[in-house]
Amino acid sequence: MKNSPVKTIVSIGIGAALFFVLGRFVAIPSPVPNTSICIQYGLLAFMAVLFGPLAGALIGLIGHFLIDLSWGYGIWWSWVICSGIFGLLMGFAGKKIRLEDGTFGGKEIAIFNIAQVIAHLICWVVVAPILDIVMYAEPANKVFLQGLVGGVSNIVTTAIVGTLLCIAYAASKPKKGSLKEEK
Amino acid sequence: MRNIFNYVDRPSPIHRLTGATKLVCLLLWSFAAMSTYDTRLLVFLTLLSLVLFALSRIRFSDVSFLVSFMAAFMVLNNVLIFVFSPQHGVTLYGSSHPLLSLGGQYVITREQLFYHLNLVLKYFATIPIVLLFVCTTNPSEFAASLNRIGIKYTVAYSVALALRYIPDIQKNYHEISQAQQARGIEMSRKQNLVKRLKSAAAILIPLILSSMDRIEVVSNAMELRGFGKGKKRTWYMGRPFRPADILAMVFCALLLAAAIALNVLNGGRFWNPFR
Repeated sequence: MKNSPVKTIVSIGIGAALFFVLGRFVAIPSPVPNTSICIQYGLLAFMAVLFGPLAGALIGLIGHFLIDLSWGYGIWWSWVICSGIFGLLMGFAGKKIRLEDGTFGGKEIAIFNIAQVIAHLICWVVVAPILDIVMYAEPANKVFLQGLVGGVSNIVTTAIVGTLLCIAYAASKPKKGSLKEEK
Repeated sequence: MRNIFNYVDRPSPIHRLTGATKLVCLLLWSFAAMSTYDTRLLVFLTLLSLVLFALSRIRFSDVSFLVSFMAAFMVLNNVLIFVFSPQHGVTLYGSSHPLLSLGGQYVITREQLFYHLNLVLKYFATIPIVLLFVCTTNPSEFAASLNRIGIKYTVAYSVALALRYIPDIQKNYHEISQAQQARGIEMSRKQNLVKRLKSAAAILIPLILSSMDRIEVVSNAMELRGFGKGKKRTWYMGRPFRPADILAMVFCALLLAAAIALNVLNGGRFWNPFR
């Protein structure tokens, strides 16, 4: 199924709104300060797989930007950019998964989870700390620990929430070739 | 929507600037404050932002919640930095003036304190401006502003859609969560983490599947009205620039130029009084 450009725009808008609501009102605090367990990344991974890299990147960027803006503590650009990169990477991985055809079995679950683990590690353990050091000149070991804790908790939540979402969505779609011609 | 983004409708010179101006100023200002660790410039930015705050007629009580949240964030961040890297200031400034030893590598030095002072000043220099932007910009004008500064209108429209649907989705989430709780789903701290995540999914699945339907409906409606056909688009909330807008933008551009000039003059991002 090819999405029309208008549908991509709407999915970015509504996806960012969902990302915002989940990130802002459903945050579960974690033991490490400034880092909470974010279930919105499960949603972001799912939306990116479904609507492609551009939508994924913009949902992450806009959603995270609005969350930071609504807290009023200034915009933590390095992490906002990383949410965008995560959506982008998952969008590319999504090309291998035909979610809208109703197929999300063992193979797709494996692809989805391998991709999300790699994407999260790239974002939070590599890119985010480096941007923190370059932009804010913070000590390296502190930002790498923050990144590691954030990354691992995001991997766990994406594995649970994201996979469940994909399974539920695929189950709600008729399978490709499920209709047979009567003879 | 208004209470999420804390927009305060109270006419003032800052409110009269267009949204696009305030967005440009916010970006220039935060890049200026972000790029420099020059204490003199940071102090100047802090004082100036407080003056602007007074001009905007935003009362402290309007933002006290946000301020207390941000203060906690700032304290935690500073403590964390000290715990992880008590000698960071010494590395940055290349000298060491110990004041007090707490044992091991935990020696409080003047350099470290000065680094923390700069870090805190950075917060003070940017946060009032962000608050000012949030409190004085009508969310509906925000998307129009993005388009004005050169972002494609289709992307700006996505932002407008997000702002439009946040309250709806919030309401939807609340309803589904109550319905699921009535059926025995528990999300409180009494549950362990995996169970809590699973119950979060039980709320998310209906929420997201219904949002997928919403995407379908909205995009069909927009397509029927020919959205995306033209190269340009006008905005209900868009306003033309006036002299005050140009002045504000030029001033903020000068601030950024000053920050960059100081970085060159100081031979790095840090102003070093210990040399």
